[in-house]
Amino acid sequence: MCHQTVSLVARHLEENSIPTIVVGSARDIVEECGVARFLFTDFPLGNPFGRPWDKEMQRAIMAMVLDLLEYAWQPRTTVQAPFIWSEDESWRTNFMQVSAENREMLLRVGEERRAEQARVKTKKLR
Amino acid sequence: MIKRRSNSSFVNYIDRSREYYAAHGYTQPYKWVAHKEVPFAKLVKPLSECRIGLLTTADLEKPPGKSKQERHLTRKVFAHQVVDAPEHFYTQDLQWDQEATHTDDNGSFMPLNRLAECATEGRIGLASPRFYGVMTDYSQGKTSKKSAPRVLSLCQEDKVEAMILPAL
Repeated sequence: MCHQTVSLVARHLEENSIPTIVVGSARDIVEECGVARFLFTDFPLGNPFGRPWDKEMQRAIMAMVLDLLEYAWQPRTTVQAPFIWSEDESWRTNFMQVSAENREMLLRVGEERRAEQARVKTKKLR
Repeated sequence: MIKRRSNSSFVNYIDRSREYYAAHGYTQPYKWVAHKEVPFAKLVKPLSECRIGLLTTADLEKPPGKSKQERHLTRKVFAHQVVDAPEHFYTQDLQWDQEATHTDDNGSFMPLNRLAECATEGRIGLASPRFYGVMTDYSQGKTSKKSAPRVLSLCQEDKVEAMILPAL
């Protein structure tokens, strides 16, 4: 949801003459929303600017961001950063995984969330 | 060695989240925004003369409230002095991969230090003295009609000439 939020903000800034670049890892969400410039970092959600404590990677990503900001000449320009998160790609399948083992738990969490949303909404209306 | 795959290498979060929330018992899938037209603004001068801003969806600190839903109600668009940036942003209520990684290093998602380095090196003119925050919202209308104009107003106050928007 963060990717959609920043993409919508980026579009508004662009409409008002402020150039922008979105940096993120949910490529589908950003590209469906449609932004001027997008640096795609193929990482788990949470670290769009590189691995924690890896300053060299973060500097390289910032350099790519600034290059793209400066040199893109048309909207929907996506560049993919040339970094991999790790040889172990299990994060790709583990995130938001639904399985026979967690179905019951997910449904319970959903019920609790809806109950809390209803409680907060009622409280807000008072 | 060439890898071969039967599906795309990058994660499709729209499909993934639809199945995930259906398993939570939500009967209507979320409708993600999909635009055909995309606005585009060009830099009007070299980056080495521009004032650049950074925006985050993270919070400066844990908002008041007992639950995530309560805390969400108190969140607001903000601008905050870079010199007073928190050592750790509050990100726990946001939907990122808390099993695969962490957000203990601001440089991995809100690189104020990296941007300051670029200003020192002359790659950019100046980093805006304030950075900006916006709350993640399910409501696209609220983001587009309320939050985004507020961010624009803050950028105009600070004479920001280009914005970097990292997404958690």
